[in-house]
Formats: sequence, structure tokens, C-alpha cells
Amino acid sequence: MSGGAASLVVDGLAFAYPDGHQALFGVNLTVARGERVAVLGPNGAGKTTLVLHLNGILSGGQGRVQVAGLPVVKENLREIRRQVGIVFQDPDDQLFMPSVREDVAFGPANLGVCGPELQDRVAEALALVGMSEYADRPPHHLSYGQRRRVAVATVLAMRPEILVLDEPSSNLDPASRRELSDILLSLPITILMVTHDLPYALQLCPRSVILDDGVIAADGSTYELLCDEATMSAHRLELPFGFDPRSVRATSG
Amino acid sequence: MSGEHGHHELFLDHDTPIHRLPPQCKIAAVVVFVVAVVAAPRGTWWPYAVYALGLATVAAIGRVPAPTVLRRMVIELPFVLFAVILPFASTGPRIDLLGIPVSETGLESAGILLAKGTLGVVASILLAATTHPRDLLRGLERLHLPQLLVQIMTFMFRYVEVVMGEMGRMRVARESRCFRARHVGQMKVVAHSAGALFIRTYERGERVHLAMLARGYTGRLPVLHNVAASRRHWVMAAGLPALAIATTASAWLSA
Repeated sequence: MSGGAASLVVDGLAFAYPDGHQALFGVNLTVARGERVAVLGPNGAGKTTLVLHLNGILSGGQGRVQVAGLPVVKENLREIRRQVGIVFQDPDDQLFMPSVREDVAFGPANLGVCGPELQDRVAEALALVGMSEYADRPPHHLSYGQRRRVAVATVLAMRPEILVLDEPSSNLDPASRRELSDILLSLPITILMVTHDLPYALQLCPRSVILDDGVIAADGSTYELLCDEATMSAHRLELPFGFDPRSVRATSG
Repeated sequence: MSGEHGHHELFLDHDTPIHRLPPQCKIAAVVVFVVAVVAAPRGTWWPYAVYALGLATVAAIGRVPAPTVLRRMVIELPFVLFAVILPFASTGPRIDLLGIPVSETGLESAGILLAKGTLGVVASILLAATTHPRDLLRGLERLHLPQLLVQIMTFMFRYVEVVMGEMGRMRVARESRCFRARHVGQMKVVAHSAGALFIRTYERGERVHLAMLARGYTGRLPVLHNVAASRRHWVMAAGLPALAIATTASAWLSA
């Protein structure tokens, strides 16, 4: 791994789907190692399209993506998919193996890890998300929050450079939501988080970018972005009723 | 949403020598047993008692209670109906059964069909009761069933409850708006729901595939559990089929 390289560099990324719909019009984004960044934006802004470019599932448009100094191109896909851990929105899409243990082992096993080292990786990843005792359960017998945490473990087991979360707080009850944020804050890893949940972004990510109409429309401190009413309303972003970022800043010091 | 219980319907979670046998040995044993039973000659009836005794022994060791086996044998009912029709439908010399004239060969065929069918069903029930579905898949994989089929079955096992849940929610949504399927005209609504369910399932398949690619899927599910069978396991599993083969062979010789 190249020590000083940024975790993620997206440079002039533009992409149109085969049906002609253009989703990205030149996205520029650099995320330094260890940073936690939220990607905010209205529905249809191109957030999912951007995420799918980060590990080369979508490609063929213009511009380039680099992960830890490694360009996302066909020859590097295996290493790129190890480095970029994507946690998809619906954990039922992500957890497809018959048991939690097998699911967490799926990624590292595809990378050729086996035997005791594989067991260690699984144990370590499950411990990080506090799900060790559920290793032998089938995923469909877990609660939604537990499944989301296991989904995080499935990518942590690949020891990624950057964790990419698509709507991590969706469908979670307040306790599961807090448990997940505790876990995410405890991970010493770069995080890119796509979300509509602005309080969650403020809690977890010091920096946010707004993706709208396929370009990065704003980039700065999450607190300042959320306090900037003109920018917020220009991109269809609204704070939940009764939520004032200033009051949070005041109480947390 | 599914219940919180961790067990599977067909599988009885005990720790017995039968449960501990590697799945591939058990699958092979059941297949060989069924073939041996099917090969039994016409005209002798004693072999069936031996086969049944063999299965009863396995059930006893595997701690599968008889009422459970009997309850699950309902699956055989359609075959039983067919067997009941045979004596009346067949031609040939007639004999009296409780005062009703029935075909002699038909009666014999029905008896054989019932006996062989029942033995096969009971053997499968015992396999399912002593082997976790997950292990069955691993066993099939060890027996070199094509990867693609194993993967399809793996996903079926994983997603059947998800799809059922979706179906249930669609039904609740329909009924919440006062829909009740009462006459054929309303089939259209149900058909639309089935179509929607298919499309949702298909789209989920695409998303699952994306998630798999994102974690380095290359066309094979990695083998994570070594369920290798030793010679001792194979010898143990060979007990039942060996009994069946010996019985069938001596039935042919004495016939």
C-alpha cells in the first residue's frame, strides 16, 4: 500500500447508462485516508451510480477513479474490490449465504484466504460489529439492525481501505441506529457514506459533499453545510422537523 | 418477517451417530438403498419387512420419532390414491377382496407400488430429519453435483423466506384495501401480484449479484467447510444399503 496516497480520488467522472440517461457529469472528489465523508443529495442525483463506480461495477464513462493510488481498471478489479467495501442498502441483498459465518467468509475466501486465517478474519470482523455470538445463525433469523451490522462485517472481513455505506441508517430503529453509529465511529477506517439522514451525517462525518444533477455541488464541513439554508434548499435538502444543527454543536461543545 | 427461531422445519437437531455422518455418505446411502428396493423382484414379500426393519433401526439410532415420520408421510398421498385405483382399473383375472372383485395383477402392482414408494419416502424423511439443509447442499457439492445447481439450491434455501415475506406483505396490502379473491374475475388481480412478485424477485437477484461481484465473486461459491468423509464414515453409511442389496439379491436367487 502506498503510504501517503488518498484513500479515494474521483476525477472528472462522467457516465451515461446504455439507455442514454446521463447520471454523472464530471464528479471530482478526494477523500484522505481516515476521513469520514457523507455524500448528500436528493433522489436521482447519481449517488448510487457514483458508488457503483468506486469498485468498477459500472465503468466505461469518462474520467478516472483511484483507490489508495490504484486506478480502477479491469486488471486491478480484484484488488480494488478488496480495497473498497460496499455495504448495500438492503441487507437481504448482501447476505446471501446460508449462515452468518459463511457470509462473512465469502469475500476473503474469494480472495484466496483459507483455513485458520479465514476463521480469524471472520471472528475479527464479527467482533468489530458485536455479532460474534450469531456466527452460526441463518441471516434471515436476525433482526434488521443485526443484519445491517453483519453486512458491515462482510466487507470488514476483506480488510478494505475504504468503507462505502449506502443509506446505513435506513429502516433502523433508534437503538439499532445508535449501535451502528457507535460501531462506525470505533472503526479506524476511511468511510464514505451516502445518506438522506442529515443528523446521522452530522454525527458521523466531519465533512460532507452534496451531489446534485451528477456533479458535486458543494463540499465542506457538514456543520456549515447544514447551517447554510440557501445551499440546502437549492438542492432539495431539508433538516428533519425540530432538528437544529446549532443546538447539537452547542450541547456537544 | 420470519420468526426468531433458529431451527429448520424438517431438520431435528439431535446429536446422534446418524446426524454426525458426513452428508455425502448419507445421500449416497439413500440413493443406493432406494435403487436396491426398487430392484426387488415381484412375487416375494418378505424383503420389504427386512428393508423396513433397516429403516426402523436407522430411525431409532437417529432418534427420529415414529409419529413425526408418519405425519410427514402425507406427502405420499397422491401415490397412494394412484395405488388404490390400480386394482380396479387393471385387467386380467379377478379375485374377491372383501366381496369386491378386483384385478389380481392390479392388486399386486398396487401393493408393490405402495411398499416401494413408502420405503423411498421414509428413507428421504430420515435423511431430511438428520441432515441440516445446509449440509445437504455441501454433501451434494462433495458428490460433484454441478456447481450451478448447488448454487441455485443454496439461494433458494436462503431467499425462500424473503420471497414469501414479500408475497405476504403484498397480500396484506391487497386485503387492507378490501380485496378478497372470491370469483374467477378477480384472478386478474392475483395474476398482477404474481407478476409484480416475479419482477421484484428478479430485481433482487440483480442486486444480490452486484453485492456478490463487489466481494470478488468469480462464478464459484467458495468451499468453507470441509465435510470430508473418512473410510469409517463410508463403512458406517454403507450399512443400510448393504442390507438392502443383500436382501434384494437373495430375493432374486430364491425367486
